Amino acid sequence: MPEQLLFAMEVTLNGLMAGVLYALVALGFVLIFKASGIFNYAQGVMALFAALTLVGIQQGQVPFSHLINAVFGTEIHHFPWHVPSIIAIILAAGVMVLFAYLVEKYILQHLIGQPDIILFMATIGLAYFMEGFGDIMWGSEIKTLDVGLPQGMNLAIDETTFNMFGYGFFIDNLDIVAAIVAALLVTSLVIFSQYTKQGRALRAVADDHSAALSVGISLRFIWVLVWSIAGFVALVAGIMWGAKSGVQFSLSLIALKALPVLMLGGFTSIPGAIVGGLIIGVGEQLFEFAIGPMIGGATQNWFAYVLALVFLIFRPQGLFGEKIIERV
Amino acid sequence: MFYREAGDFKTSYRDDSQTFPIRLDRMGYYILMFVAFFVVPFFINDYWVNAVFAPFLIYAIAALGLNILTGYAGQVSLGTGGFMAVGAYACYKLMTGFPEVSIIIHILLAGGITALVGVAFGLPSLRIKGFYLAVATLAAQFFLVWVFNKVPWFYNYSASGQINAPERSVFGVMVTGPNTEAWAKYMICLVFVVVLAWVARNLTRGMMGRKWMGIRDMDIAAEIIGVNPLMAKMSAFAVSSFFVGIAGALFFSVYLGAAEAGEAFGINKSFLILFMIIIGGLGSIFGSFAGAAFMVLMPVFLKNVLVGGMGWPTDLAAHFEFMIVGGLIVVFLIVEPHGLAQLWRLAKEKLRLWPFPH
Repeated sequence: MPEQLLFAMEVTLNGLMAGVLYALVALGFVLIFKASGIFNYAQGVMALFAALTLVGIQQGQVPFSHLINAVFGTEIHHFPWHVPSIIAIILAAGVMVLFAYLVEKYILQHLIGQPDIILFMATIGLAYFMEGFGDIMWGSEIKTLDVGLPQGMNLAIDETTFNMFGYGFFIDNLDIVAAIVAALLVTSLVIFSQYTKQGRALRAVADDHSAALSVGISLRFIWVLVWSIAGFVALVAGIMWGAKSGVQFSLSLIALKALPVLMLGGFTSIPGAIVGGLIIGVGEQLFEFAIGPMIGGATQNWFAYVLALVFLIFRPQGLFGEKIIERV
Repeated sequence: MFYREAGDFKTSYRDDSQTFPIRLDRMGYYILMFVAFFVVPFFINDYWVNAVFAPFLIYAIAALGLNILTGYAGQVSLGTGGFMAVGAYACYKLMTGFPEVSIIIHILLAGGITALVGVAFGLPSLRIKGFYLAVATLAAQFFLVWVFNKVPWFYNYSASGQINAPERSVFGVMVTGPNTEAWAKYMICLVFVVVLAWVARNLTRGMMGRKWMGIRDMDIAAEIIGVNPLMAKMSAFAVSSFFVGIAGALFFSVYLGAAEAGEAFGINKSFLILFMIIIGGLGSIFGSFAGAAFMVLMPVFLKNVLVGGMGWPTDLAAHFEFMIVGGLIVVFLIVEPHGLAQLWRLAKEKLRLWPFPH
């Protein structure tokens, strides 16, 4: 087989894997948008915050130590213990649930009935707040996140492809784990929303707020629930991205990458988020591989947005989105 | 008692349609202009112009521009930073390409070029609405910044990839370059602000502004009563981008002096200006100024208090700034979704009666 084609295949595979990670972030957006009509810009920062919290708990960091040291002139940094990964993950998930509760109580409740755009801007404010808060709580230096996920090149794939084509593909183990985790997550979400009482309530709210209220579903509980789930999805995304590239500020920027994914897939569709993520992942890798060198490289910065923009002109509601019907 | 709208009778249409029809408003405006033109320039120094006045005036222009698009025409844009970059780079290319032409013309032309780019990126707004459009404008933000980083022609093949403003003068007074006097920087920004604010005020209360507001409130209904959505949306994008482009040109040439697209005009700039108009008040000229003043002054204030007053490390203060900005935006949206402009309106209500409320 010609070498270029092999390279392209490898790039495509890696793009698919990156797409899975985009889809993970986009999933959190879709969940919240479906249940409450809120376009949650803070999803990326939630992933950052969750990852920071996880690392902080794991390493026994003292929260707000930087602030305490500055105010009282003390020199504290760490508790003398390390927390096992699994307990740290559960604790971090607990923090995200608490966060969901606080967001509902102090922000969403007061904004019921406001136009969508106001809610969107409120989540931008929330994102800024959390960014500062996370940094003050856990410090802003780059942290390594290690929860025992396998890393490095997958030898089995390398060997098989080498035997088949005479050229070994480089696929990161972490990406494979991420793909499996994402598949599990989506499956369990689907099972949850189809076969449990809360899941049914969630779908009812997504369908029609007032109708759901009138049959006795508590909107507030559902919102806390859905923000908790989104927080958990953010935690998973934070773990994957954090293990890949370290826990740092740029993690929150993946939210921006998830936006074109959403536009492609449609804001209301879970399968859309997955398919959109894969298209964007593969598309930007292939474009960078094929066209990038000709026009100066680093096309990943904008390719996803322009692709989504061009796509939207032809199909304004995205691939799987509900048809937009407008009335006067 | 202190603020009256009554008893101010007009005897001609000309009087009735002047920019400030209420006498007290007009007097306030004249006093403000007097202070801005004849008092401030004599007391201004480098610190004040660089920390407060120049950013305030320039951001006020950008906020006016975004407010026209988002506040009046209802099209949310997250591409303001990218359009400012267009203004800055257009101004730079014009300044270096035609050194003999006045910089005022360069800045105006830069605004015009930005308007064209804005219209090009605004075209999808005819099909794409709401959030989808907001995300689509991100395409402008990232694509434009990438272009200015990757195409060497835009920064005249300089090794650092930066653009540097050459020295230019207006009426014999240096206004750009490192040796500019503080008052000259201030004055050129002020003149642009005053003229553009006057234009914005009159555009928004005229036929065009009404069309924009119709499109904002419900575009289909507006279309039915005879507003051409194509013309209304494109004109909003054009005027808005013109303002933003001028802000970008001034920001680069007068304020920064040297700029790099990714750093000076990144996505954070877009959000900063969006915050200005939210906090100031969507759909209000006064709000654009109030929001710009607020967002410029607050970091200066926080820095002075936290770092200067309490001796905290600067990075901690910076994180606090993030928290406070974010928190304030949420609080504003909950307590007063119409921003500082609404507070000003309420204050006028109170002043009308105070101190005799009955």
